[in-house]
Parts: sequence; structure tokens; C-alpha cells
Amino acid sequence: MKYVDEYRDRSAAEVAANEIRRLVTRPWIIMEVCGGQTHAIVRFGLDELLPEKLTLVHGPGCPVCVTPVGLIDQAVALASWPQVIFCTFGDMLRVPGSRRSLFDAKAAGGDVRVVYSPLDALALAESHPDREIVCFAVGFETTAPAYAMAVKEAARRRLSNFSLLVAHVLVPPAMEAILSAPGNRVQGFLAAGHVCTVMGYAEYEPLAVRYRVPIVVTGFEPLDILEGILMLVRQLEEGRAEVENQYVRSVRRQGNEAATALMAEVFEPSPRAWRGIGEIPASGLRLKPAYAAYDAALKFRRELAQTAGSAEEDPECRSGLVLQGLLKPTECPAFGVKCTPERPLGAPMVSSEGACAAYYRYRSHVNGEVR
Amino acid sequence: MSDQGSFELSCPLPTAERQTIALAHGGGGRLMQELIRRTFLPAFDNAWLAQLHDGAVFPVDAGKLTLTTDSYVVQPLFFPGGDIGSLAVYGTVNDLAMCGARPLYLSAGFILEEGLPIETLTRVVASMAEAARAAGVAIVTGDTKVVDRGKGDGMFINTAGVGLVLQGATVAPQRVRPGDAILLSGDLGRHGLAVLSVREGLAFTGDIRSDSAPVHGVIEDLLANGIEVHCLRDLTRGGLASALNEIAAAARVGMTVEERAIPVCDPVRGACELLGLDPLYVANEGRFVAFVPESETCSALTLMRRHDVSRQAAVIGRVTDADESAVVLTTVLGTRRFLDLLSGEQLPRIC
Amino acid sequence: MCLAVPGQVVSIGDDALRTGTVSFSGMVKDVSLVLVPEARVGDYVIVHVGFAISKVDEDAALRSVELFQAMAARDRREASSAEPEDGVTP
Repeated sequence: MKYVDEYRDRSAAEVAANEIRRLVTRPWIIMEVCGGQTHAIVRFGLDELLPEKLTLVHGPGCPVCVTPVGLIDQAVALASWPQVIFCTFGDMLRVPGSRRSLFDAKAAGGDVRVVYSPLDALALAESHPDREIVCFAVGFETTAPAYAMAVKEAARRRLSNFSLLVAHVLVPPAMEAILSAPGNRVQGFLAAGHVCTVMGYAEYEPLAVRYRVPIVVTGFEPLDILEGILMLVRQLEEGRAEVENQYVRSVRRQGNEAATALMAEVFEPSPRAWRGIGEIPASGLRLKPAYAAYDAALKFRRELAQTAGSAEEDPECRSGLVLQGLLKPTECPAFGVKCTPERPLGAPMVSSEGACAAYYRYRSHVNGEVR
Repeated sequence: MSDQGSFELSCPLPTAERQTIALAHGGGGRLMQELIRRTFLPAFDNAWLAQLHDGAVFPVDAGKLTLTTDSYVVQPLFFPGGDIGSLAVYGTVNDLAMCGARPLYLSAGFILEEGLPIETLTRVVASMAEAARAAGVAIVTGDTKVVDRGKGDGMFINTAGVGLVLQGATVAPQRVRPGDAILLSGDLGRHGLAVLSVREGLAFTGDIRSDSAPVHGVIEDLLANGIEVHCLRDLTRGGLASALNEIAAAARVGMTVEERAIPVCDPVRGACELLGLDPLYVANEGRFVAFVPESETCSALTLMRRHDVSRQAAVIGRVTDADESAVVLTTVLGTRRFLDLLSGEQLPRIC
Repeated sequence: MCLAVPGQVVSIGDDALRTGTVSFSGMVKDVSLVLVPEARVGDYVIVHVGFAISKVDEDAALRSVELFQAMAARDRREASSAEPEDGVTP
């Protein structure tokens, strides 16, 4: 597969790993921001190739994991109404709210549909004029332009039965929250390559300067991640703190201008509570007033006000610490015992790229012991 | 067929007065008899069914019999490379083959939803008849029930099958031994993706057709040629990874598998990458794994590759000494990870 | 996060979404190309949730691969020059 297989080449990976081993002289702690990168690291066993002095911690770049419980409760409520067709990405289906997940709502008779693209939901709105189509707009900046376009199209086609439950989150504020936290040990970042494909990476430069951390925009194939780590380690060993771009085949410093213009037209920054972490200012997106008609939270506010749902997290869930890189999933007492993919306490155990799920799935464990 | 010379899928008698399934079709009365005579009998066409008795009676050679059953609830009913009918026949035929048996007779139970177009039923039944002919089995008894509109997803089918265990064959997970070679009969993921490709919200095109097919021919060939087959398992829901884990657990052995030895065709790869699916967990319908002593690997592969359905047969790993019942995958990079069971259905993802 | 995959543009439409078809090793899907107005038939694009979000810079893509090939060659040279002197020509 072109532009995929070349970056899964075994001998190139060995070369990169050797070079990293050659360069590392002391312990470093680096964080890969994006859950997709976590997934690749675990799927391809990349940490097996890295020297022990290098510690990888997994970041909060899993929009599924950080979607606040309250929003999931709202999604479940909307999905349970007969007139609604609730559209979601597969990732969100099993994430528990304060009591139920969308999967539970579907099992109870809710019309919940897994879609690949917001455009699929738009098509449903056109073919079902008698139903209300609500989309769970989850994702980082990578996904926001797609939803922005869907809303614009809905407006152009004069569809009155299409709306979004907006849950978009932004990466730089989350990274800043991690960097400014008192116990922060992260010394370098692999930034999210597809987020930066859309946004560019200029906004990371002040972070690198202010906190004196190197940041390397990195792709998602094994060789991308190894090359990104190599570039990061080189900076760390040389005492530099700059923003560099590994993912040159897709990322430009200015990003995708058509996409950012579209986002600016439809969305504006808003406060957002991150599940397990708490509220981070200006870290989410909401629809601009001109597009209020497509905002499900506004459209259905009266009905949603009566929603049951305490919006409370299970007290035994330590996902917040995991998402900030302060706790490895295997260090959580509930891991694999009280908390499993079948009965998750929180989101990272059920999200396909949540750190807890990745550890559970790829590392396996027998009798509670992790190998 | 109609006089106009156009190909009509509905039966030759005029059906203008009834085009959809009604509750009465399952009621045991005149309407049900009509359905049996017009739709099922002509398609399945055998002496047992024609008797319209409560069950089918047939003689068997001395030896052991195998009995298996499966229910089919696939949505949508029709997909590239097959439909719920052909699936229902080949699936049960293959389960019999996995026991080292020659498939002989099938039963077919239908649960139809009120409102199902009769033309749809006729299409499915015709497909079952063709599959039965291709597999050399007869559908000798059946049942029809109808449920209220909204309670049935169109159509559910259950097939049970009887087969005669082939001479000397003892095929079971308990026969698997450390050192055994793990053979895979062909490439992965075609069925699961063929079904997805026609599901609302995920549609795509490309040369992906279900691999649904009968495999008893190649099994019989292996056994008839004296290959010491320890275990067989067809890969259905949950894919290769689930089948290997089930056998590892049942046989209490470990396994090691080479990712780069596992064939996956290009469009399936592309679809899996795009939708975020792992081909090792995607459903197949005409693929199986075979466990044979290492010394028989070459002979087994040669035999398998003589058949269309297993042209791409390959050795993908081996059984190890470790008794942790773990399946370990060596990735394309040479690193190792566990190939675990999934907790639920694999879903397309965007993250 | 952000599962996005490279595919080759097969056709481009002229509707408001600039809907085209993109082939991922033979699996062909409708994709909106509205965010990559510069993409042409034959180009590779990175696709996320039904939208192309960038056009692959094929020259840049080659550079990574070549970089590692150069490193591999250097590693081989170093390995062979470090071989013991036993009269065998490397």
C-alpha cells in the first residue's frame, strides 16, 4: 500500500532504532500526544526497539477518552428519543456515561447508527425528512473541518433536521495544561501529525519556547514514530527546544488553509471539561451563533434539561492520571481486575486507542498479571 | 417463467394477489402449504422434501455421524459474493467438514418477518438450492415461522447438518501438539468487508466479494491422502485471531504466528486501513486453519493449493510448548505482541 | 486519534463538496476533496472521515525513505570495516 508500506519496512525500522540507541546517553521522558500514535506503538511493538533509558508516556490525545461524561449522558438521552437517528463514530459506542453508553441505548431500542463520515449522517437527514438526525461531533482539530463542512452543506441544502452535539477538543491547550501541571515530568513531545496537517504547527512554537521543550510533529506509521523519536532525542541530547516537522509528506507549517478558514467560519473556541482532567479554558469548540440552528444542545435544550445523569465519574477510575501521563495503565489497581473492556470504569479502557485498552489488548494478562 | 420471455424470479403461478409474507404464511394452514409448494419444494427438489413428512428418514453407512447447527442473521441479506441463503448452506457444510465429516443432509428453518417481499424469499431460496447443489448436499426438511412486522429484520435462517465422519479421521483441538504447523487456507477479510461495503454509512466499491464457499472438498482430499490432520477450524466471526485463541484455550497450548506470512489482498488491506479495522479479526466464510504435524506441512500445502478455495494456502505459524494458551504474533517489524480475543465486535473507528 | 490514510485520486466531481473517488489499494470510496482544491486525478491524498485533508508531498515522502537507506548503507560500511583482519577481503 503506497505511502504506508514504506514506513513499515523492517530494516529501516532497525536502522532508526539503532540510531536512537546510539544517541541516547541519559534517561528521557517523552510523550506521544495522539492516541493513534499510542495504538501504532503498541500494535507494532515499537517500545521493544527503544533503549530502556527512553520512557514513552501516553498523552490525552484520545478525543474519545476525554469527552466529558455529561456530554455522553446527553448523547444517550438524545439517542433514546424515537424521533432521533443518532449518528456516531464507532469509537464512541461503548464509552460509558454516568450510567449507560450509546451501545446500551441502542440495545434498549434507540436508533444509533455508526457512520464513517459526517456526510453519511447528512445523507440520512435528506432521506429521512421525518426524523431528527443528530451527530456526535467528537474529535480533535483533524475532524472539526469535516463537521464544519457538513453544517455548511446542511445550511445550503436547507435541511432543518440535522444538528451536531459538539464535543470537539483542541490539542495545544491540553499540552499546555500538561506542561504547566506541577508534577510534570514530560521533557519532549511527539505532536499529532494529522491535527497539524489541518492546523499547521506555528501555535506550538510559543509552547516550546515558554516551557523549553522540544516538539516534533510526527506521523503514525512505525517509521514516522521512530524518526520522530530520533529527531526529539537529538534535540534533547543537544539541549535544543524547537518545533520540528517529521511528517513532511502531509504537514506544512501553515497547515491546510481551506480547512482552518472553514473551521473559523463555523466554530469558535469554548471552555471544555476534559474527562478525568477537568476544565481547560478555550480548549473546545462550539458552533458560532450564526449556526445555532445546527447545535443539538440548543435545539433540544428543553428536553435535555430533564435528562437523568449525574455526570459523575466512577471514583475508582484513574483515567485522568493516565491521560496526563502520570500513571501507566498497568499501575492502576483496577486495571484488568475491576476494569476490563467488557466492564470499563472509564473511557481509556474501552476506546480503541485508549492507553488502557491498548495495554490490555496487546499485552494481555493472565490471572491479573501483566506480561 | 412468464410468457413475455423476461426472467421472473417469482414462481410460475400468478402471485399478483400476494407479494409479501403475511402472518398466515407461518400458520400451518393453506397459505403456508402454498408457500411450501410454490417456493421451497421446486427449489430444493428432492424425494425427502416431496414427501412433506414431519422429518426425513435416510440410511447411513456404518461409522460415526456428525451433527451441527448454525443460525444466520446477516444484514443486509444480499452482499457481493453471496446472501443469507448461500451463507446458511456453506456455513453448516463447512462446520461438518471441520469435524472431518462428509456433509450429507441439511435442515432449513426460516423465521420470516411479516411484510418480507416473497420475491426476496424466492431469491434466497434459489441461492440456497444452488449452494446445496454445489456442495453436494440435500435440504431434506424444514420449517417456516412468521413473526410480526418489526420483530424480525426481514429473515433469519437456521440450518442444521448431518455428515458422515470420514474413515479414520479424528479431528479435535485436543489432538493439537507442540510443534504442529498452523496452515491458513487463504487470504483474510473478504466476507466481513463485503458485507460492510453494502451497509448504510460505509459503502464502498472494489473487488471485494465474500469468500463464502464450501471447503469440504479440500478437507476430504487431505484426509483421503492420509494427512494427519489434528485440528480444523473455519474462520467466521472474530476472524483468524479468535479461531486461534479458541483452539489454544481448548488444547491448552501456545502458538506463534508470523504477521508477514498471513495473506490479505490489497482492497481488503485498503478498506481495513481506512476504516481502522484489523484484518485478523474480520469475519471470513470460506477460510479455515488446519493443524498438522510439521513433517506433513509441504504435502498438506500441495494438496490444499490444488483446490480453488485454498489456492493461497500458507503456513503462518506453529504450536509451541508454552501452556499459557497465548497466541503470540511476530509483527512485520520483527517485534512480538499478544494476539488477544476482542471483547466485543470490532467497529470502524476514526481515531 | 485521527486515523487518516493515503489513497490515490481516481476522479473528481464538481459539486459543492468536490466529491471524488479515491482508491485505497483497490478499495474505492467517495471522498470530499473540497479541502484540497489543488489535488488532481492521480495525486495521493490523506483521507480522514470522508474528507481529504492534505495532498501527499511525494518528494518529501521519498526523502524519509532515502534518509534511512543512506543510514543503512553507512551502518553496513561501518560493520564491514570493523571486521577482524583475517586476510579476507570485505
